[in-house]
Amino acid sequence: MKVSVFRKENFNAAHRLYNPAWSDDVNNDVFGKCALPNYHGHNYELQVKVTGEIDEATGYVMDMKVLSELIQQFIIERFDHKNLNLDTEEFKTLNPTAENIAVVIYNLLRPQIDKKVELQVRLYETPRNFVEYPV
Amino acid sequence: MIYLTRIEHFNAAHKLFNPDWDFQKNEEVFGKCANDNWHGHNYELYVTVKGEPNPDTGFVFDVKKLGEIIRDQVLEKIDHRNLNVDVDFMKGLMCSTENLAIGIWNELKKYLPQEVVLHCIKLYETPKIYVEYFG
Repeated sequence: MKVSVFRKENFNAAHRLYNPAWSDDVNNDVFGKCALPNYHGHNYELQVKVTGEIDEATGYVMDMKVLSELIQQFIIERFDHKNLNLDTEEFKTLNPTAENIAVVIYNLLRPQIDKKVELQVRLYETPRNFVEYPV
Repeated sequence: MIYLTRIEHFNAAHKLFNPDWDFQKNEEVFGKCANDNWHGHNYELYVTVKGEPNPDTGFVFDVKKLGEIIRDQVLEKIDHRNLNVDVDFMKGLMCSTENLAIGIWNELKKYLPQEVVLHCIKLYETPKIYVEYFG
């Protein structure tokens, strides 16, 4: 019997959406206000979903405290109160869209979590815009 | 007396940094919020006006017009902007939520019709942090 457990964490970060291969005009056409040069920012909410069998000994799919500590160590410390474009290695050359951030977060967490459980991340950029990976 | 509230939202970058202090003191006082390259938030803005309903319309104030004034006179200046760099009414001020709420109050006062009484600016910086300003 599989069960999913979820942990929510938050981080606040600045970013802008800009493709350096394009002119400013094209960037403005495609990304609108998100391309403005001095950055803007979001309260990101990260929801991490872990799906697997309940361990008979503990009753857990995964220890939520361990999951929380992994998210803190590998995600929040890396991105919280940072400029995603300027302060992080992951987005030096990758556009920090919600889609790309979700994939990066998944790839950072996946090696830290038991292969027996499935992992999915849902990332809210605003209360109205969110993405999921993998699907 | 009826209180009428319009809720709007915007996303912006900022940092808390006092240029009269050295970097170390800024870090001590503001912590991660002093990060040189900015961070950002999804702000939620509650604008409350008060008065008696007009007998002809039933309105304290046309809430559609209130929304237009907030969007044209405030959100146009701050949404997807860097509050420290891009916003004329925050120039020379610390970009705290407190000061931003006062700045928004002062901007709206200029553009609201004389008969509309502004009651409160409530501004959420994160879902857990908000300020209220009553003028």
